[in-house]
Amino acid sequence: MLSADQVKPGAQAVLSRADFDHLITVLQAEGYDVIGPTVDNGAVVYQEIDNAGALPEGVASRQAAGRYRLEKRADNALFGYIAGAQSWRPYLFQPSRTVWRAEKSGDELSFTEPEEPAPKMAFLGMRACELAAIELQDRVFMNGDAPDPDYAARRSGALFIAVNCGEAGETCFCVSMDTGPKVTRGHDLVLTELIAPDAHDFLVEIETEAGAEIARKLPLRAAEPQEVGRADAILAETAQSMGRALDTNGLKEILQDNQDAPQWGDVAERCLSCANCTLVCPTCFCNTTEDVTALDGESAERRQRWASCFNLDFSYLHGGPVRPSVEARYRQWMTHKLAHWIDQFGDSGCVGCGRCISWCPASIDITEEAAALRRHAEEADNGEN
Amino acid sequence: MAKPKLAVWKFASCDGCQLSILDLEDELLALAETVEIAYFLEASSKTVAGPYDLSLVEGSITTPHDAERIQDVRRQSHKLVTIGACATAGGIQALRNFADVKEFTKAVYARPDYIKTLETSTPIEDHVTVDFNLRGCPVDKKQLLEVVSAMTFGRKPMIAADSVCGECKARGSVCVAVAEGTPCLGPVTHAGCGAICPAYGRGCYGCFGPSDAANMPATARLLQAQGLSEDEIVRILRTFNAYAPAFREESEKHDAPNDQC
Ligand code: SF4
Ligand code: SF4
Ligand code: SF4
Ligand code: SF4
Ligand code: SF4
Repeated sequence: MLSADQVKPGAQAVLSRADFDHLITVLQAEGYDVIGPTVDNGAVVYQEIDNAGALPEGVASRQAAGRYRLEKRADNALFGYIAGAQSWRPYLFQPSRTVWRAEKSGDELSFTEPEEPAPKMAFLGMRACELAAIELQDRVFMNGDAPDPDYAARRSGALFIAVNCGEAGETCFCVSMDTGPKVTRGHDLVLTELIAPDAHDFLVEIETEAGAEIARKLPLRAAEPQEVGRADAILAETAQSMGRALDTNGLKEILQDNQDAPQWGDVAERCLSCANCTLVCPTCFCNTTEDVTALDGESAERRQRWASCFNLDFSYLHGGPVRPSVEARYRQWMTHKLAHWIDQFGDSGCVGCGRCISWCPASIDITEEAAALRRHAEEADNGEN
Repeated sequence: MAKPKLAVWKFASCDGCQLSILDLEDELLALAETVEIAYFLEASSKTVAGPYDLSLVEGSITTPHDAERIQDVRRQSHKLVTIGACATAGGIQALRNFADVKEFTKAVYARPDYIKTLETSTPIEDHVTVDFNLRGCPVDKKQLLEVVSAMTFGRKPMIAADSVCGECKARGSVCVAVAEGTPCLGPVTHAGCGAICPAYGRGCYGCFGPSDAANMPATARLLQAQGLSEDEIVRILRTFNAYAPAFREESEKHDAPNDQC
């Protein structure tokens, strides 16, 4: 076992599979709700888990455009699936919540904010792309002009235990977006799952003091150089096997300069405008607020809920929606994600997680649409020369 | 200030939406305190004469008598809100609109000549001006309360017109279309139910009718890709909201001429 003073930020150690339960017990003892991967209705989802038995042991997830299926792996990996069906987004940016309540008594109006304390959550199994997405949402919800107190409260109490991806999915392209597969920032601890015929261990790398506090309570042993080497080799292999690629070179200009390209009409024929892509995207932040009165007229509530640029009402201004066609709405989503985000927040709004591809019922693939637009732009350029 | 007078009217329907009002339970008391339930035969035979501040109309127009009666209801109502698939789209009984109603009456009744019925079942809005259409088969009771409350205070009801997928994702359900290949009308179905069916592993069958931006041709291609035959596409689109324009037009494209006897 490692001594307590050896377990500090920057240190590497090994936790055996047999001791993995300790991680969850320690987190619970520290007062965290542990949110981790588990199988539900044919998919890996992130839910509160009680013990390591809830983890998707030996489960693989196979993805294609508009298709997701679970399979059995040849080994007993705990984190052998690709990123979950939904990201961690609902735990930080809630699907709906009450912002304030107003009560009338006589002629007096009083306003109250709901005072539920934010849960103290530990996220177990976060992927590099997901951490990158949270960093982007932080810019929107915490660092902007109008910080969101609910997001900030949930975010600041959360502990992030990441996992390096042992393989890439068929719809993954974090390498193109420079967000993965190696976890490099934003986490407290990162695990790499090491499976050999005679051993099943986790290389634990400690990033922060909060992570070290948890790690000190675990039965860790020193990492052997060859274990660190194997973790590096796994990551190199994962980076080599991305299922998708997105050529970002000059993409911002291509999108912004080709707002009238025929490709938008082409995708609009296939797109259901169902908003699923924006609702599974870990970086999409759009929401709307609604005010409702109680039947007796004595109280009212302002509610916030998820919204999407695919909703017709989303662009409603006096007289009608500004983006009445599917064409305009798809263009908004893709140009916002891949181009305007850069103007707005300094980075692309896409981290390459592939969810919008896998979970689009109409199998629309953002990487293919971007490539088609690029071809159109190049042909238009050649035509001019 | 006198309490606003509420009336509830029934046309061709199953009464399910009126039952949603009775089903409000706790909120029913609050409702009775806020409005005077002046005319609601399903609940009480005691009635108060019109005019009414708010009329809730259930059911579709299927007889010449009802076509006249709805005019009278409109005249007596300051605000008129339709409730449910029958009133907003013609209901399941609008299947007659795709067939010959005389054939039906001959098959069903011993004396078809006693039956006075229209060729079609049509939504209320085809006959009179409607202030708000509340969808669903049956309507969702929370939405019903929201509409009554909005109408009482003269504000816009907070009822989203986008698709069930939004509610499905907000609820945290796994998409049955993607994870199981189950045909699901969620992407083109009006929100409101809270995405109940996918939460129980079933595809949405569109009981709230089309959403405000339903891309029907793309949906039909998707259903084809999921293995549905032309007949099955017609059937999935022709249920409680068969006569809602978006569903009707698409189903007609898939209805082979030889099926229309
Ligand atoms: S791209 Fe796909 S997921 Fe997104 S709105 Fe269109 S059909 Fe829905
Ligand atoms: S745009 Fe698609 S691939 Fe990119 S982060 Fe969003 S869901 Fe993931
Ligand atoms: S892509 Fe659409 S839903 Fe997502 S952040 Fe941009 S505008 Fe909002
Ligand atoms: S299950 Fe149906 S309603 Fe839910 S997201 Fe998928 S297509 Fe939409
Ligand atoms: S069929 Fe669709 S609209 Fe109707 S209850 Fe089910 S999910 Fe809701």
